[in-house]
Amino acid sequence: MIAILDYGSGNLRSAERAFATSGLDVIVTSDPQTAFEAQGLVVPGVGAFAACMQGLNAIDGASIIRKRLAAERPTLGICIGMQILFAFGDEHSQGQPHSGVGIWPGTVSKLAAPILPHMGWNTVQASSHSPLFNGVEEESFYFVHSYAAKDACGKLQSWSTHGELFLSAVEDGYVSATQFHPEKSGRAGLALIKNWSRTL
Amino acid sequence: MTLSVRIIPCLDVTDGRVVKGVNFTNLIDAGDPVEMAALYGNEGADELTFLDISASSSGRETTLDIVRRTAEQVFIPLTVGGGIRSVEDVDRLLRAGADKISINTSAIARPELIAEIADRFGSQVLVLSVDARRARTESGFEVTTHGGRESTAIDALTWVERACALGVGEILLNSMDADGTRAGYDIGMISAVRAVSTVPLIASGGAGDLADFAAALDAGADALLAASVFHFGIHRIGDVKRYLSANNYPIRTVTT
Repeated sequence: MIAILDYGSGNLRSAERAFATSGLDVIVTSDPQTAFEAQGLVVPGVGAFAACMQGLNAIDGASIIRKRLAAERPTLGICIGMQILFAFGDEHSQGQPHSGVGIWPGTVSKLAAPILPHMGWNTVQASSHSPLFNGVEEESFYFVHSYAAKDACGKLQSWSTHGELFLSAVEDGYVSATQFHPEKSGRAGLALIKNWSRTL
Repeated sequence: MTLSVRIIPCLDVTDGRVVKGVNFTNLIDAGDPVEMAALYGNEGADELTFLDISASSSGRETTLDIVRRTAEQVFIPLTVGGGIRSVEDVDRLLRAGADKISINTSAIARPELIAEIADRFGSQVLVLSVDARRARTESGFEVTTHGGRESTAIDALTWVERACALGVGEILLNSMDADGTRAGYDIGMISAVRAVSTVPLIASGGAGDLADFAAALDAGADALLAASVFHFGIHRIGDVKRYLSANNYPIRTVTT
């Protein structure tokens, strides 16, 4: 069973349906115990970094993610759900970066690009031997964001470019994350979801 | 690694039905927005837009249901516009499964609505739809309402700059002069808006020949929206993408 963590980020319906195409049961939950026990946990996220962390903290989300990691249970962060896995985010921070969950070091910062948000379909330079991108290495995925992580971290990194190079996915044992939205990336996204579900 | 140009078909919907007739023979029900959305998704549309032109509240409820059913089976981004007046309207549509919403008249009437929506949901959900035409304003372009029938006397470039400052995440620029003519996008208007904005720009109105799509991109558009050329089967989405690809524009190819 896959649990999609509901911590007030709005539209989870399409994520629920997209993950259900993997063949596994999917529930949307804000219950810490259910989220901890699920085979796979999806951490979605929309809105700003700080608002996202606030919502996550309200349901003790950071500790759920850390406990799952310790218990060797897979978690997948999507978009802001990826960004909050880093130590800091400097979105609207006025020089004092907001704290993230801190699975990975570094600060999520604004992309240096003439047009923001980075909105639309972009390709990914996938890490070789990436389980997540197996069979969809050449495909495009749907991005909507203005901030990103830019320093290598975790075991496997995949990169994309918008103005500058940034991390479009990290696969690090039991924690994986994508800056793009697999649930909005058509067949390629569904294939990536299927790949992740096979690791559960 | 390059961001692709987005091709976006727009469906006008009222009381649960697609308004403009659709000239596809392989549809069971050419008036069903959900079926059409799925078809365009399969053909390689990069996003979908529903414009709700329902006059009644029951019509709007039906649109929510269409959004719900579409989001359950079409896994590409969906924008919904038409009749959105409040943060609550936005919340309902996002919860039903819309990824973005577009506002137009309500933002002209009350610009603070832009900031209210952006603060609550983030700029990335908010598309400002601008119905503009050539007129004797400062920039030569003015904002209209009611499908171009009514003048607001607001300068289109001034409005775009203000809306960007208030927090819109994207601009949908509809040329009221070119709309429905299939004589090409208003290239001058696209470049003028591009010059004063740093958010993604969707060009709309006037698409006819395949070369029109390329011209709008050259003028600075990031995405291309069209309705009748797709609905009437004048061009399929694949035709536009093949043409653009052959002319070295970055497009997303869809494997079927």
